[in-house]
Amino acid sequence: MQTIDLSDVGLRETNKTLHAQSADTNQTAWEIINPRGAHAIACGLDAPIEVTVKGSTGYYCAGMNQQATVNIHGSAGPGTGENIMSGKIVIEGDASQYLGATGHGGLIVVKGNASSRCGISMKGVNIVVQGNIGHMSAFMGQSGNLVVCGDAGDALGDSCYEARFFVRGAVKSLGADCEKKEMREEHLTLLQGLLDEAGIDADPRDFTRYGSARRLYNFDVDNAGAY
Amino acid sequence: MNKHDAKGIPHTTPRQSATFTQDINSDIRRAAATGIYDIRGGGAKRKVPSFDDLLFMGASISRYPLEGYREKCETSVTIGGLHAENPIELDIPITIAGMSFGALSGPAKEALGRGASAAGTSTTTGDGGMTPEERGHSDKLVYQYLPSRYGMNPDDLRRADAIEIVVGQGAKPGGGGMLLGQKISDRVAEMRNLPKGIDQRSACRHPDWTGPDDLEIKILELREITGWKVPIYVKVAGARPYYDTTLAIKAGADAVVLDGMQGGTAATQDVFIEHVGQPTLAIVRPAVQALQDLGMHRKVQLILSGGIRSGADVAKAMALGADAVAIGTAALIALGDNDPKWEAEYNALGTTAGAYDDWHEGRDPAGITTQDPELMARFDPVEGGRRLKNYLKVMTLEAQTIARACGKNHLHNLEPEDLVALTMEAAAMARVPLAGTDWYPGKPGTSY
Repeated sequence: MQTIDLSDVGLRETNKTLHAQSADTNQTAWEIINPRGAHAIACGLDAPIEVTVKGSTGYYCAGMNQQATVNIHGSAGPGTGENIMSGKIVIEGDASQYLGATGHGGLIVVKGNASSRCGISMKGVNIVVQGNIGHMSAFMGQSGNLVVCGDAGDALGDSCYEARFFVRGAVKSLGADCEKKEMREEHLTLLQGLLDEAGIDADPRDFTRYGSARRLYNFDVDNAGAY
Repeated sequence: MNKHDAKGIPHTTPRQSATFTQDINSDIRRAAATGIYDIRGGGAKRKVPSFDDLLFMGASISRYPLEGYREKCETSVTIGGLHAENPIELDIPITIAGMSFGALSGPAKEALGRGASAAGTSTTTGDGGMTPEERGHSDKLVYQYLPSRYGMNPDDLRRADAIEIVVGQGAKPGGGGMLLGQKISDRVAEMRNLPKGIDQRSACRHPDWTGPDDLEIKILELREITGWKVPIYVKVAGARPYYDTTLAIKAGADAVVLDGMQGGTAATQDVFIEHVGQPTLAIVRPAVQALQDLGMHRKVQLILSGGIRSGADVAKAMALGADAVAIGTAALIALGDNDPKWEAEYNALGTTAGAYDDWHEGRDPAGITTQDPELMARFDPVEGGRRLKNYLKVMTLEAQTIARACGKNHLHNLEPEDLVALTMEAAAMARVPLAGTDWYPGKPGTSY
């Protein structure tokens, strides 16, 4: 285990060290101590390493992640895991707004709650939240899966495209063009896989699936009021 | 038409309304027939105060000129030297503005790269990600970071020579993107991770930041991901240029791209294009003022765009304080867009060469703003690149001609004192004297 004291070496040196790890590095385990809410910690990683941040992080921790696993032993600030391409991010605490925004791939797991706009404009990422999520989550979600073991706030999936949403609890309201969908066998299998990968013990049959009604895919003046 | 009625009383001449013009009436009829607003490409077509309303005074007894063809007039510009390890070095201060693959065909993007590279300048991606064609053919490629993040990935980010965070666009300040289903080919759909054939509405705000404080952190993240190597531009529409420039600098931008309302778009509502934003002439001085007030003029570069057409426009923009300009619509025309040789086909589309602006429909006879394979095949990217290079060279020579006539050995040495305005409006906006006077509206120390 390699340990970096962020308060000592600073953000630039911390990220530079992590970026220097190649695909076949034998230094795969890293620990960052004293993050103190700093922004952009461990962003832009692109190697099969595991980084554990011992504390809470600011904006954009693990942004644009590729291959790496980033564990946050605290709560995470806005935009954590934004545009994630692959790899895994696990947040032990709560996540602030824009979690996994525009993420193209990989998995983000939140043990606590996630704030508003969780999964906004998601493009393939899988997000599993053990608690609740805030309003306008998955706005314009294009693809990928958002799993919520608790409740969802207002306007879930507003203007979404092909992203799927699985919610176990209540949904305060659905956004424009988002509707309840039939939970078929393939969805139960998919959801079970996501829960297993996230390490969460839950029964897929307790969840409801939501997704695009596809009524706004091509502009129709008769739907203008929905925009 | 009879000129008199049956009693011999003369008719009055039929008079068209200045309010309900034939153009306006056709807009009303179209709206009544369809129930939807008009969408089109391009920038504002209305007449607005412009660089045409300014003139250079040239040399005189108090200013001596430089000899054309003998005494050098430099044109190079460095962008992004403030924070970036590798600033962009351009031979000429005329760059190619962001235009998306999707809005434009792959060969058109390739031609832009070829032409820009041959002329020693940069080109820019757009709202569709980076294509191999444009990366491969662009010596200097600026990667736009847009609200939609279509095709956005860190590998392309690191392949870019600069990053341009797009906050706004002159044609539609406060508006998002629009790419209608007709242009969503398999390749475009795959790059954008969306179903084929649907209308794509890009967001108007970034999904993971709002406001200048967030922008500062976003810039930090992008710098960390790219190792502080490349410059980061911030592109804003010509809405509130003084404050937007101030805030972009405060957030840590290396360069500010400022786009006036004549700047084009691939597609948006006509009402947006014509009624939101400010003319390019009106936005440059407030932005330069912001740079000067912060002691950042010439340290943070100002790139002006929106209706730049000629070397005269380039020289005027630079005299007012811009470090460089960007061209979009003009570059497309150089490639062959709206060429009269396609007049019969423009007519078949209900328009005429020069007025064709339904770029979103993907039926461009010139094969540039389309994804239709048959139309695309009409466009030769090598020939297009050559034409663009020629055009950029001519613009540069024109700007040099004017600069030499003003006694300047670098385009950056042009200054407001070289200019006069032909109209009160232009004098007020450009803050240069009305021709024949030493006064402009709002001049400090005057009572008007």
